[in-house]
Amino acid sequence: MNFDFSDEQKQLRDSARRFLEKQSSVAVVRRVLEGDEGYDRELWQGLAEMGFTGAAIPEEFGGAGLGYLELCVIAEELGRAVAPVPFSSTVYLAAEFLLAAGNDAQKKNYLPKIAAGEVIGTFAYAETAGEVTAERIKATVSGGKLSGTKIPVADGAIADFAVVAAQGGSGLGLYLVDLTGPGVTRTVVDTIDPSRKHARIVFDGAPVEQLGSGDAQAVIEAVYDRAAVLTAFEQVGGSDRALEMARDYALERIAFGRQIGSFQAIKHILADMYVSATLARSNCYWGAYALSTGSAELPEAAASCRVSATKAFQHCSTNNIQVHGGMGFTWQFDCHLYYKRSNLLALNLGSLSVWENRLIARMRARNSARDAA
Amino acid sequence: MNFDDTPEEAKFRAEVREWISANAPHDLDEDLKKSGLAGLRLPGRDIMAESKAWQKKKADAGWAVPHWPKEYGGRGATPIERVIWQQEEGLYNQLAQPFAIGQGMCGPTVMAYASEDLKRKYLPKLASGEEIWCQLFSEPAGGSDVAALRTRAEKADGSDEWVINGQKIWTSGAQYSDYGILLTRTDPNVPKHAGLTMFIVDMKAPGVEVRPIHQMNGGRGFNEVFFENVRIHDSHRLGAVNDGWNVALTTLMNERMSIGSRLATGFPEIFGFVADFQLPDGPAIDNAAVRAKLADWAVKSSGLRYTAFRAISSLSKGERPGPENSIGKLVAGVMTQDIAKYAMELEAEAGVLTSQEDAPAAALFQNMVLNSPGMRIAGGTDEILRNIIAERVLGLPGDVRVDKNVPFNQAPGR
Repeated sequence: MNFDFSDEQKQLRDSARRFLEKQSSVAVVRRVLEGDEGYDRELWQGLAEMGFTGAAIPEEFGGAGLGYLELCVIAEELGRAVAPVPFSSTVYLAAEFLLAAGNDAQKKNYLPKIAAGEVIGTFAYAETAGEVTAERIKATVSGGKLSGTKIPVADGAIADFAVVAAQGGSGLGLYLVDLTGPGVTRTVVDTIDPSRKHARIVFDGAPVEQLGSGDAQAVIEAVYDRAAVLTAFEQVGGSDRALEMARDYALERIAFGRQIGSFQAIKHILADMYVSATLARSNCYWGAYALSTGSAELPEAAASCRVSATKAFQHCSTNNIQVHGGMGFTWQFDCHLYYKRSNLLALNLGSLSVWENRLIARMRARNSARDAA
Repeated sequence: MNFDDTPEEAKFRAEVREWISANAPHDLDEDLKKSGLAGLRLPGRDIMAESKAWQKKKADAGWAVPHWPKEYGGRGATPIERVIWQQEEGLYNQLAQPFAIGQGMCGPTVMAYASEDLKRKYLPKLASGEEIWCQLFSEPAGGSDVAALRTRAEKADGSDEWVINGQKIWTSGAQYSDYGILLTRTDPNVPKHAGLTMFIVDMKAPGVEVRPIHQMNGGRGFNEVFFENVRIHDSHRLGAVNDGWNVALTTLMNERMSIGSRLATGFPEIFGFVADFQLPDGPAIDNAAVRAKLADWAVKSSGLRYTAFRAISSLSKGERPGPENSIGKLVAGVMTQDIAKYAMELEAEAGVLTSQEDAPAAALFQNMVLNSPGMRIAGGTDEILRNIIAERVLGLPGDVRVDKNVPFNQAPGR
């Protein structure tokens, strides 16, 4: 059994970590968090030059053609560095929608630019509070023009194009929209994690191009499963970093004449953080295996790593603050960067309860298929 | 990243599978399948006789303890081959339970510290199941703090014998054991870890008295063992006098090598239960609150499964399992208890029933509720496991010890 990343993939991890420690330092994250720029351009360009934005894009479309295991490795490092870049919107979503549903021309138009870091893409889906369902989507395409409002759209204000879910002639469809073109008004909205900006986008007769003609809901579900695995790796990277921060502080902080890490009350918090981060990592490896092999287990594995990693990152980022005490509640300490990111990632692809529900439905389907066989 | 065997591993697995399929006691299949979490149940049969018969059969073919050296009853299998054996033995592994502590913990300690004569005398019979061993560490005054034990071993004047007096507790299988490894205090005038010595003790020797403990779940698997002037020849000492703590660590480290068998969590059981169980508005599995609980346990269960696969992968590369594997029992213990309580909660008033005939799901969850507190204590309490993770994995400092560097007989509480 070799249920682990290869030596080459571990080398990739090391070089990604070295790169991000320099290019996505806390100072860089804070500059985006506190500024209006929307993302760090230099970091984004650097990620493209490293071949990361095109890691899983086939070479015929300008990608590095590395593969999904490599993309998982990169995702973990981005999560660890709470990188302030539109990587998930562009790479896990926009590029995956193009690969899943795009025609050759659409792929040729966008994918090489994504790989080169020349364009930013996103997926515009939610419109109102609550789980997104086809019925709740009011945005409509008629005569090749899109009208409606999407909020929140990750990286909506900086993206060059969006994949938009909207009602078309025959129900829910997916459409490519040039966000720099006519009929598009976008405003940055305040969110829980300002190091990853979101926008409200009002479409008023924006020209669109259809993306695929099949069952849009099925495409969304398939792409979300893939994005869930990659996001879970970001969450695991964030969990590990939050655990390290708490551990380091527990070793350094003296109270009642001893290191606070010598108190069992603190030790046990840290041990529980380790347990949740470890279980999430192991589930993520399963997700990575399923994603990279195109296994039929992917829907179940994706939901498992999503649920496990969401819980782990929230658990670790919350308790990181607790271990830091009052200092953890300050703007000056970095704990809040992870706390905010954990709360953002917990909701970005649909909330925990939605994924829990999906997981049980999928396990049940697998069991009945097995019983029938 | 894959779950595939290497060519050598695949060859070994095929050999194991073929042998098991040709030799396993298939007449027990149905009962073994039904056992699991509720404990081994073989209606109308003698469990010990069935266990010994299977162990003997394995021993005759060299499969008794595959990873032991040939001369002591094994076949020199590698650590990964040991895992493959455990995976393939599967269902029948339940029959190896009476031998688990002896082969898993006592055997390796004897192998590391006993004379060649004693190894050849004891190990092959321990391997074949002919003789059963137990581990005598815990005492009423030393559970989590095992080094606080008080059982005395004193050298008899003018002889090569030691005289043992004291009491052990929580000894699994003592009532049917032939031998045990016994940790004693040989010098009370030095700090607690520095005055311990390990011995092999004959459980049938005069002065050894075993009293089963009546557990809260009605079972009697654990025992108290009393020693009154029990004599042990110095040749049966394991390790140097007063070096028993290091010997005990060898024993405890070996516990970690056993990662191939699956930890029971109760998850498959609750999943099966809620799929059929009807709430007033339909099957329990369709209820949102039930699904949220199930999902939490599902990802813990898969998390443990894939954590074990990662450990097996390390083993396959020749690395040794470390303290990080403490998470298995920590997660599984609480989870079993929570699952059992939740199933009873769904059963509502009928959840109080405990007979197999009356209780839903043949009283599986009621048995789990009564058994699970023990799982969270035996073999390291939840709290000790958290300390191990915090100190050995995360590198946090040890707790302040007020008995550190204090002679045992002057430490607080003596």
